[in-house]
Amino acid sequence: MRREIPMFITAVVGVVFVIQYFIPHWPFNQMNAWFSDWFSIISACAIWLGALNLMKISANKVYRKKKEWGYSAVIIACFAITVFIGFKGGESFREAGTGFDWIYRFAYIPLSATMFALLAFFVASASYRAFRARNFEATLLLLAAFFVMFGRVPVGDAVVGWFQNIGLPVPDAIMPSNIATWIMNVINAAGQRAIMIGIALGIVSTSLRIILGIERAHLGGD
Amino acid sequence: MEMSELIGIWLGAFLTLGIISFLYGDNPWYKLCEAIFVGSSAGYWFITLFWDNIYSKFYVGVTQDGNYMLLVGGVLGFLMLMRLISKIGWISRWPLAFVVGAIAGFYLINYFSSNVMYQVNATIMPLFGSGYGDPIFSASFGNVINKIIIAGGTFTGLVYFFFSKEHKGAFGATAKVGIWVIMLTFGASFGYTVMSRMSLLIGRMDFIFGDWLGLIK
Amino acid sequence: MKKEWLVYLGILIVSLILFFVVTEPITFSPTVSFIIIGLILLAIVYIFVRTIQGNYVGRQTVFLFVGISVILPFFMTITQPIKLSPEVGSLYTALGELQPGSKVLISFDYDPPSAPELQPMAETFFYYCFKNDLKVLIMGLWPQGPQQADLAIQKALEQPDIAAKNIEYGVDYINLGFQAGNEFVIQRMGSSFKSMFPTDFYGTPYDSLPLVDGISNFSNIDFSMNLSAGYPGTIEWVQVAVDRYGVKLGAGNTAVQAPQVYPYLNSGQIKGLLGGLNGAAEFEKVVGVIGKGTKFMVSQSAAHVIVIAFIIIGNAAFFLGDKRKKSKAAEKKEA
Repeated sequence: MRREIPMFITAVVGVVFVIQYFIPHWPFNQMNAWFSDWFSIISACAIWLGALNLMKISANKVYRKKKEWGYSAVIIACFAITVFIGFKGGESFREAGTGFDWIYRFAYIPLSATMFALLAFFVASASYRAFRARNFEATLLLLAAFFVMFGRVPVGDAVVGWFQNIGLPVPDAIMPSNIATWIMNVINAAGQRAIMIGIALGIVSTSLRIILGIERAHLGGD
Repeated sequence: MEMSELIGIWLGAFLTLGIISFLYGDNPWYKLCEAIFVGSSAGYWFITLFWDNIYSKFYVGVTQDGNYMLLVGGVLGFLMLMRLISKIGWISRWPLAFVVGAIAGFYLINYFSSNVMYQVNATIMPLFGSGYGDPIFSASFGNVINKIIIAGGTFTGLVYFFFSKEHKGAFGATAKVGIWVIMLTFGASFGYTVMSRMSLLIGRMDFIFGDWLGLIK
Repeated sequence: MKKEWLVYLGILIVSLILFFVVTEPITFSPTVSFIIIGLILLAIVYIFVRTIQGNYVGRQTVFLFVGISVILPFFMTITQPIKLSPEVGSLYTALGELQPGSKVLISFDYDPPSAPELQPMAETFFYYCFKNDLKVLIMGLWPQGPQQADLAIQKALEQPDIAAKNIEYGVDYINLGFQAGNEFVIQRMGSSFKSMFPTDFYGTPYDSLPLVDGISNFSNIDFSMNLSAGYPGTIEWVQVAVDRYGVKLGAGNTAVQAPQVYPYLNSGQIKGLLGGLNGAAEFEKVVGVIGKGTKFMVSQSAAHVIVIAFIIIGNAAFFLGDKRKKSKAAEKKEA
């Protein structure tokens, strides 16, 4: 029963979502509304699950005084402070000037934004050490990257414009910005479309396998 | 500037520099900032979902609007939380099955419609017209060439992804062209990724040198 | 451990000096700016020579150059002409077709890490809407989105010509807030906005907001804009709102996501696209405001030049090093 009931739920819900696309009338429109609402609530609980699980693991680390347990204590403290201020603030907890808004602006924004900003350094370092024109395919990749990087900022056109100014016959069509626009709208659109169609066909077949109960990996063991 | 704002900006600078210190190597300052990030981030999601969903949608929906069908969603959500208790954790498969079924049914149709049918439709365009229903020969020479490249590029790209047949002969040659198109596409994506990463760094440096130190005009 | 604390102390001292001693903004004249650029280029040439000789510079040096290329342009008085791309032009044209009073729905599907790229777009978009008397409905599929929208609205309302208009919350714009459920939220909005947003961002019930009087689903929306940094975002909006409910959609994406969205632009599923900081700067130009998109473009240019320079250096070293290895091997054979 531990596998049969979930498989039944998956099949019914999947089939309803397929049918409601073609028959957006009662009862399928009603079922679509119910299921969408339930999905929304389950999503919220799933995120709660993640947060509570993090607390469980961190608390365990602190309780057992495992290596670097102090940082886990900081995690719990920061979670508790944010949650306390959020609950205390009521429904308008994040209005400008509230404690929650202050945490968001001065702790959450700097931390999350800087975490991703670090990647700028590593992408530059990787470009220097690993981005090589080793063969024809890699050269194509490099050339496209070069023209896009050069053409999507004003300095690209400024450099080529300088050549035009000193009298070299450089046509406007090969201005870096025009080349970048062409690459993005033509070559990139074609390549991305091929990838998009390929992925979509894969998703369609996997979805069908899930609904029909052929694919059961998400149900786990036993 | 208000006192709370000033303290906030100093805190923001402390945390920003702490994360940047990772460039020097893993160190206690970075680890402290990382822990603060993880804790406050979890708290942020927890609270936002409580007020926006569990309270305003579920609780208010049931108690004030009388939408009792939401209770089923509430029960499924509660079962999801049972994952935290290892003995009865298996029951969380029910809501998980619901989520997987919903996504499968939803994707089956939407991906096929938007990412397959619409894309095929947009790839096979009238060659000499600027669009459907437009007079013939209204497209420029460049337009015609671009349409051929888009159609050819998409087709060869798809051939490259077809692994049920060995990439040999004419099929192999087509797949070869396909991989060139894919490589150019990845190159363009790489260029855009560099652009994106640099923009994020610019944003943080603007905070440090502008908002905090006040050195930028 | 001691070394780390010394570094921390050093950073603190430098910060305090910069904060308390340098109290005025720093500006380099064009001459000084060009001298600095020249010095950086000389340093790059030096690295080029060293790398060709087989001495690769450490990654900390690359980090330093990236940092310099991003920071120094903040103080330079260099302006760059920004060229309008067709992607941005078509979005502006689509917006231009909207009559005053049209209802525009904007979804904020991003979080602070993507704000440097998307926040300038949001500020400019709000400016355009308020200036042209469009009614704005804000929502988010990412919890941080509506909060970012709030920050962007405050910036737009600070503009003198907008401030003069007495823009009112609930009448000219509303923030519906965030709802969990990703693409299912969009799907549900196809039949009822209220079901997904029973209250707004501040806890006010949907029915008591004058702006949404008569707005029940997508059929009452004239144009939709999506600012997205990933999933859920533009792809989901296209799949549900555009293809199923016939919404007219414009998109603003982070540069990482933008290339994936081009097929939708080509197929006409989206009306226009703002890609990354460059897209933000172009949008600012076409709307006629100078915001952070435009200001950051000098740093963006410098950063791109540095990355390109390092790629060229790395490749030159690779090929010349290869040649050198071959000639050495030939010499050994001859010997």
